[in-house]
Amino acid sequence: MLTTEEKYEIDKAIHHVPEKKAACIEALKVVQSHRRWISNETLCEVAEYMEMSPDALEAVSTFYNMLFRKPVGRHVILLCDSISCWVMGYKELQQQITKRLGITLGETTTDDRFTLLPNCCLGTCDCAPALMIDNDLYRNVTTEQLDEILKKYE
Amino acid sequence: MEKPLTQHIRKDGRPLTLKEYEAVGGYQALRKILKMTPKEVQVLVKESNLRGRGGAGFNTGLKWSFVPLNAPKPKYLIANADEMEPGTFKDRILLENTPHQLIEGMILSAYAIQANESFVFLRWAYKTAAAVITNAIQEAYQAGYLGNNILGSGFDLNMHLHIGVGRYMCGEETALLNSLEGKRAIPRAKPPFPQVSGLFGRPTIVNNVETLCNIPHIINNGAEWFQKLSHTGDAGTKLYGVSGKVKKPGAWELPMGTTMRELIEEHAGGMQDGLKFRGALPGGASTDFLVSEHMDVPMDYTSVAAAGSRLGTGTLIVLDDKTCPVGFVENLQHFFAQESCGFCTPCREGLPWVEKILESIDSGEGRHEDLELLEYHTKALSPGHTFCALAPGAMEPLQSALKYFREDFETHINEHRCPY
Repeated sequence: MLTTEEKYEIDKAIHHVPEKKAACIEALKVVQSHRRWISNETLCEVAEYMEMSPDALEAVSTFYNMLFRKPVGRHVILLCDSISCWVMGYKELQQQITKRLGITLGETTTDDRFTLLPNCCLGTCDCAPALMIDNDLYRNVTTEQLDEILKKYE
Repeated sequence: MEKPLTQHIRKDGRPLTLKEYEAVGGYQALRKILKMTPKEVQVLVKESNLRGRGGAGFNTGLKWSFVPLNAPKPKYLIANADEMEPGTFKDRILLENTPHQLIEGMILSAYAIQANESFVFLRWAYKTAAAVITNAIQEAYQAGYLGNNILGSGFDLNMHLHIGVGRYMCGEETALLNSLEGKRAIPRAKPPFPQVSGLFGRPTIVNNVETLCNIPHIINNGAEWFQKLSHTGDAGTKLYGVSGKVKKPGAWELPMGTTMRELIEEHAGGMQDGLKFRGALPGGASTDFLVSEHMDVPMDYTSVAAAGSRLGTGTLIVLDDKTCPVGFVENLQHFFAQESCGFCTPCREGLPWVEKILESIDSGEGRHEDLELLEYHTKALSPGHTFCALAPGAMEPLQSALKYFREDFETHINEHRCPY
């Protein structure tokens, strides 16, 4: 069941658009912000609320990079793997993350603390390599700094 | 040297408040155009020769003129702030630092096409910008610059911030419209063009952030002033950027037509010690390489096109002599293959194939025939063979790499290894 809070936030998004289903991406964002990811059950609940078929909503949800249809950990590390970060050595950061956390791209730590995902250009190419953890952007990241950064997230 | 877009950006990184923006002449252009007809605004912007800063370079005023002015409500004006071209970080600067410059530019543009609804389509990753724009929109409503009967003129405009959920395709204007309608971001057939049938089937203009930020200055200072900002025939200033192994990567507002040499050697401080310049993508991932012989090409739409590439977003990605060109292009093709929306077959099937070929060459398993296969793809995925510009854009760095760095591809194949 969608919570009252979730429904309230979804209704706000519906208010801006001339047809209800136009707000379906917003609706998925809302539930993901409360539940971390979108399970099959969640998808069906949102579909019903948006008066869409689950498969129509599934087609939308699987298209976008930042809608998670698989469980993610408490914190999501988005490692930029695009060209400027490649030139500046993002692969070393990736190796360091794997060394420290024991996970590679697409994996979640067993304690559910971190999920590591590759990410397209974060738009901060003059400060490459860059990564984001949850809402925090880190630029010019070195392998030495990485340990300190990871410590901030429990 | 005049820098209209960036001169008021604060050193401490805090965005300009409404009051600060007004103190440096903000919202004067709005007062001015409310006394003009929409057609007069369109003509002024067209005469300024402002060309779209998102990469396509189409004349902005001309684009607006395709909107039927007498069409019934609603019409839409959309700021494309979904900056996602790899290597591009210019709009972020404007979004985070001078939000009212964008909002005023949007109000002026909406007035020129008589749109009453507007959206900022913002990239999810720009968290700071989201907070800054949200606050600035609120300030603009409170000051009477947005909402009903703006400054007593009878003109109404609403503005909403839409934060995307990540997909390169959303930067393509018709795919962006589909995404705003809650659909998969796949491109639409043109015609009909969005100017006639866009968001929810209504007349719509989608303009890039940097393009929109130029509008207040053109209104205030005139078309001739704007043209004189440039070194060349393409008007205005440009937010250029440089990333890669240079001493001081960054972004700078400079006269349109500044050369690649000036950008790299002066503003970016030259190459890092011990490295030599081999080439650069002049305007994001989907542009052809320029090499040393192009150092003195003015970086404007016309001159870069004449040199065989595109100005694109004007943000250079530099390739140095210790970085493998094959690996460089492989990284780009991985991006494009992943971001293909999958809607048309040549792109969906072709790009992963290209990526796999490059992977095998880079890992020393390439064959000489692979180079022909890559050449074949640069033609099979060229303009006219795919539904939108994604795959042809992907082929631009590949075809130019095959031309300028062919020896590197051959060395990988001959020596069965990456020599870097």
